[in-house]
Amino acid sequence: MTAPLVVTRRMVDHPADSHSIDRYEATGGYAQAKLAIGMTRDELVETVKASGLLGRGGAAFSAGLKWSFLAPARPAYVVINADESEPGTFKDRQLLERDPHQMVEGTIITAIANEAHHAFVYIRGEYAKPARRVQAAIDEAYAKGYLGRAIFGSDFDLEVTVHLGGGAYICGEETALINSLEGRRGEPRLKPPYFPAAKGLYMLPTIVNNVETVSNLPHILAMGADDYAGLAHESDTGTFLMSLSGHVAKPGNYELPHGITWRELIYDIGGGIPGGKELKAWIPGGASAPWFVPEHLDLEITKEATAAAGSMLGSGAVIVMDETTCMVRAAERVIRFFSHESCGQCTPCREGTTWLEMILRRIEEGQGRAVDLDLAIGVSDGISIDLAWPPKMTTICPLGPSAVSPIKALKDYFRDEVQAHVDAGGCPL
Amino acid sequence: MSIWSHETQIRAKEIVARYPEKRSAVMPLLYLAMAEDGHLTDAGMEEVAEWVGLTPAQVHAVASFYTMYKRERTGKYLISCCTSISCMLLGGDDVLAAIEDESGVPHGETDPEGVLSVEHVECIGACGGAVAVQVNYELIEGVSPEKARELVRWLKKATPAAVNSDEMQELFGGIRSFDWGIRDEDGAVGPYPAFQPLGTTKSAGQS
Repeated sequence: MTAPLVVTRRMVDHPADSHSIDRYEATGGYAQAKLAIGMTRDELVETVKASGLLGRGGAAFSAGLKWSFLAPARPAYVVINADESEPGTFKDRQLLERDPHQMVEGTIITAIANEAHHAFVYIRGEYAKPARRVQAAIDEAYAKGYLGRAIFGSDFDLEVTVHLGGGAYICGEETALINSLEGRRGEPRLKPPYFPAAKGLYMLPTIVNNVETVSNLPHILAMGADDYAGLAHESDTGTFLMSLSGHVAKPGNYELPHGITWRELIYDIGGGIPGGKELKAWIPGGASAPWFVPEHLDLEITKEATAAAGSMLGSGAVIVMDETTCMVRAAERVIRFFSHESCGQCTPCREGTTWLEMILRRIEEGQGRAVDLDLAIGVSDGISIDLAWPPKMTTICPLGPSAVSPIKALKDYFRDEVQAHVDAGGCPL
Repeated sequence: MSIWSHETQIRAKEIVARYPEKRSAVMPLLYLAMAEDGHLTDAGMEEVAEWVGLTPAQVHAVASFYTMYKRERTGKYLISCCTSISCMLLGGDDVLAAIEDESGVPHGETDPEGVLSVEHVECIGACGGAVAVQVNYELIEGVSPEKARELVRWLKKATPAAVNSDEMQELFGGIRSFDWGIRDEDGAVGPYPAFQPLGTTKSAGQS
């Protein structure tokens, strides 16, 4: 199954200069932002709703619907979430480095639709080079009169400010990001009442959209919502950037239609497992997602089919593990991440992730006891009741419940391997 | 009286002016403070507090939340090795061990000369180019233990005035997450991100 490339088309066709404003404009760039100036907020919101575009930051919520929630108070703000930090995910980095103007044009469209005159691009601090590329693109857009006062000769003003993060994954959560942008600790806020569209940045209406999400907007306006919705799949429209990593022959970002199978993704597109090894497990949607095993290979990659099998597509990051991978070690590594990145506000997450990390480490290092897996399951149950998917929340944000996904994998598929660690007094692999 | 240079004060004024509320300037100003002193000092945090109208304790509360604000003495080159899941699967722990061994600096520490700091970090968004290493947040993808040792020796011997992602990738890198396209000449001059609006970049060839 093939679908046309959308957000990666320019960088594929023009690898030498896809980032430049000359190439961008020569390939139709900024025409849609100009057009959007003449459209009403309602027209833009309805177009994006009709396109079926889902947020690409991980939550897969209707982008048009999110815009429609904007409260009437003004000023309103737009924030582009470029805090990409979910382990396994590197797609926004490619969009930022290789086609920054596409993101800038998407930002302009988002600002027009949401009547915002100041947009912030919150880029993770470790993305110094992508941030430089984005700033260079913004500077070019200012010089051309596409940003700043009276953009495109209209009466619409738009300032865009790049803000570097400080190395905290949690700031990818939109309310934590807003706290961070206000100069505070990046701790998530309770929703309700702090839905960004009503009480966001400086307690004003704020739209937070992911880089890939807004990068799709110029294409939706250019193609029309119906044609965009007609790409690829009836329920999951448009294309989807997937980051493939781990034990796979051809890692990288792939812009794909929804609806192909995991087998096609891992074996055809990804070139299979190096060294002729067998597949053991994979994480289908970033470190937060419950793991899949070979019995899931023929499932279609759609939001619904993935949810029905108890996981999610999340940020589109697929981490492949071959037969030589120790599942205890892999689980420990994923949980260590969440333990390190927990903001510490909520006890179940702060304490639970710390304990899970310690329990897994002792199993891996040979001090594990027969009861340790059940102990870890019990701790997980305290963070995410019944280890249900989607989680029953015990915390302000989903970070804590995400951390139990590896424990769920050990419980459901790899209990014997954990026991073998206990019996052998260490890792038997 | 500001403890910062005239140039840094001008920059700080520009940064504060970018935000609707000056408190929002805390994070970029903390990077400026690091650039002034080489790491984040108490005096630097007090200075930031003055600029944004907070107490030093409030600024400290922000700084201590984020891993990139280094409140301890930090080397001229901060080597960060990713050992998160995707890099771990492809030998991240071995690369870290090679860096620690070659430099003599364990994770989380700085050498006595103040040249190298070493840390392991969580995912830095280069999973398709595992194992990923950064020097002062300039990325190198596809690093092997042998290349990591070469990198450490190069930093100690050549002591480049600025480190640049593209240059180091060519010298020490391997597989990339994607085609990087054209070269970028900007480089980092200390253990904080090289970003023009902060004034913390330098051309890689410049001394």
